[in-house]
Amino acid sequence: MALLIESVVKVIVVFGIFMGCVAYMTLLERKVLGRVQVRFGPNRVGPFGLWQPIADGIKAFFKEDLIPANADKPIFILAPMITVASALCLIAVIPFGDKITLFGHTIYLRITDLDVGILYLFAFASIGEYGVVLGGWASGNKYGVIGAMRAAAQMISYELALSLSVIGVIMISGSLSLSVIVEKQAHMWNVVYQPFAFIFYMVCALAEINRTPFDMPEAEAELACGYNIEYSSMKFALFFMGEYAHLVVVCAVATTLFLGGWQGPFLPGVLWFLIKTFVLVFFCIWERGTFPRLRYDQIMHFGWKILLPLTLANVVVTAIVMAL
Amino acid sequence: MLKAYLPVLILVLVAAGFAAFAVVASYLLGQHKPTRVKMAPYECGIASPGYGRTRIPLRYYTVAMLFLLFDLEVVFLYPWAVTFKKLGLFGLVEMMVFIGILLVGYIYVWKKGALEWD
Amino acid sequence: MAETRYMTVNMGPQHPATHGVLRLLLELDGEYIVKTTPIIGHLHRGVEKLAEERTYHQFIPFTDRLDYTAGMNNNMAYVMAVEKLLGIEVPKRAQYIRVVLAELQRIAAHLIWLGTHALDIGAMTVLFYTFRERETVINILEHVSGARLTPSYMRIGGLAADVPENFETLVMDFVEKFPEYIDGYETLLTENPIWLQRTKGVGILSKEDALSFGVTGPVLRGSGVKWDIRRKFPYSSYEDFDFEIPVGTVGDVYDRYKVRLEEMRQSNRIIKQAITNMPSGDVIADDPKISLPPKENVYKDIDALIRHFKIASSGFEVPEGEVFFSAENPKGELGFYVVSDGSNMPFRIKIRNPSYFNLAALPKMIEGCLIADVVTVIGSIDIVLGEIDK
Repeated sequence: MALLIESVVKVIVVFGIFMGCVAYMTLLERKVLGRVQVRFGPNRVGPFGLWQPIADGIKAFFKEDLIPANADKPIFILAPMITVASALCLIAVIPFGDKITLFGHTIYLRITDLDVGILYLFAFASIGEYGVVLGGWASGNKYGVIGAMRAAAQMISYELALSLSVIGVIMISGSLSLSVIVEKQAHMWNVVYQPFAFIFYMVCALAEINRTPFDMPEAEAELACGYNIEYSSMKFALFFMGEYAHLVVVCAVATTLFLGGWQGPFLPGVLWFLIKTFVLVFFCIWERGTFPRLRYDQIMHFGWKILLPLTLANVVVTAIVMAL
Repeated sequence: MLKAYLPVLILVLVAAGFAAFAVVASYLLGQHKPTRVKMAPYECGIASPGYGRTRIPLRYYTVAMLFLLFDLEVVFLYPWAVTFKKLGLFGLVEMMVFIGILLVGYIYVWKKGALEWD
Repeated sequence: MAETRYMTVNMGPQHPATHGVLRLLLELDGEYIVKTTPIIGHLHRGVEKLAEERTYHQFIPFTDRLDYTAGMNNNMAYVMAVEKLLGIEVPKRAQYIRVVLAELQRIAAHLIWLGTHALDIGAMTVLFYTFRERETVINILEHVSGARLTPSYMRIGGLAADVPENFETLVMDFVEKFPEYIDGYETLLTENPIWLQRTKGVGILSKEDALSFGVTGPVLRGSGVKWDIRRKFPYSSYEDFDFEIPVGTVGDVYDRYKVRLEEMRQSNRIIKQAITNMPSGDVIADDPKISLPPKENVYKDIDALIRHFKIASSGFEVPEGEVFFSAENPKGELGFYVVSDGSNMPFRIKIRNPSYFNLAALPKMIEGCLIADVVTVIGSIDIVLGEIDK
């Protein structure tokens, strides 16, 4: 019973904070991109535009909810829900701080510690892909269908390299549990042992969450938004939130696997965790402001012919070095 | 150890609940004034010639097949990676053989042109 | 459905990357283009027909709205066509100012092109940088003509008025700084591997094809043909200035990109020379039949008042005949074929709109390309639908 109460409280608190992060990610991205592009970004709603995400959210709720006549209605409604729900579930296994003692009760700062944490992440991330693919497909729009096809092929292609890129870390830590992986990095971050894996991970992860320069499924200049072209009101917002939730999680996972998670001197663990995560998030926004978009065949080529052998080589080299 | 999954279950419920709430709430709060033109699929302002869900080139299917094949291999690497230190040299040699076979398949697929996009 | 092998998709008229209301009917084999049919006319206003109901001066504002990114150049091409028909000589100062304005406008037009082209390929930041510089140019043009987009500043025989006093300093300030800004864009794009991958070898237009399609401007030069009206048939004192004509080698998107960037640098050079050697004198030909009298005389002198009234109300008669004049616009060769029947309105005006010919080569360029290349190539031929649809 105590476990149940503790779990419920933890889930609600973490979920709330995570949702807040996701909402304010939209503002952060617009602000940072604005600065990159010699403009200000939103600054009209509240001080420094701080109420902008709230205003956007309220607006999304009150917008007309359109379902195209030739859409596959149940799937059309389900798709954004799948995306956002699976993205939000990803936070469960990420340890974001050390244990604290509250009312004589030791609380670990993570929702749970699964011994297959990494597999859990990949599993839920793959479910998120369904949302994008089904959404594009169900809208009955040609651009949507092209976007969905691109999404399907691209995401599964990069999932391979993504799962290969973290194997080195697992070998060093000898565990799939993210908590264990963080603890093992108390003295040295994994990025020191696995610098290439870190780069591969970030590249694959950007492709996996459809971010520039890999934002094929929505490529607004080509497909006029791709898979979410027919979505409006809150359903569109859900896709949007799913995307940002994925971005935050990807950076949080990179922090956990490669950058020592919440470990760090002087400051409390949670703060270290947030700092590292948002440095990576900032990087993702920054590169979005800088890079052009790759072409679809180039992306597939890069994923299969370059990243896949490289990540595999990384695994082999790690194995040989560790065995010697 | 199943206890560790209880919070996951709760989180899934909360997340699904949030998604459902958002969709239902926007359905209830938003206005609904559908017209025929509004409900038509967007195709740059021109009535769409033909149906949206047409046939799709086989290329995408090949990618999916390749993914299935290779992803299974990758999954095998996971338990090996976890117990790598315990297995020692034996584990290394065995996995090298495994990766070698994987590589042969990969080279075959490459040479067959399954990784080309045109 | 009879044909199910290919997917037929409309790209445009309401599409973020077709640069206006261009509609492309694409037949797709997955990601690949099998066939492209451009469908134009969504912006047709009948400019050529409208010209027949207007005096020669009244048509000038319509030319602003052809290629609305290059109002000054359009004005210039039109008034020079009529001047050629009338056989009048424009004062040197007016010629130089026209050159300065036309080249400034060319820079502005190329800046729009660069920003939107990069945006189409996904590099969104460049757009904001180019628009920052374009703002300076547009402010200068506004300072001169009172309008930002549609100047209508040139007159048959010269200019509407002399430029404001600080015009030269404003222009020189910009000209001094501008090459640095171009270098800035180049650091973002020219050697960016993704940019190279997206533009090199894409949308190749061979020299022969370029010539047979009648393509002009940077697109033609990108294909390796050294053809520039400013050099081949110098007008408005272009023979006085020293400038290079950049040409490409392969004729792909990257070559066209390099050509336009270099053109901006060359325009910058021309402006510098024109401002330095700016002659003094009148800015409109002193032909009592064509040019308006000075405003102060209109208030005092009955002859001037009558002359003003006559020209303003019914224009002037142009001798019978026909003439073709073309100028090097940012998009290519803009030509006006003017036929006069001796009255105060043109009998017929035919506009040779460069974007129209450049667009004609589009299906050829994107045959067998991917969807993503379509927007790349459209960006690289830099079309303006206001001009294509007339």
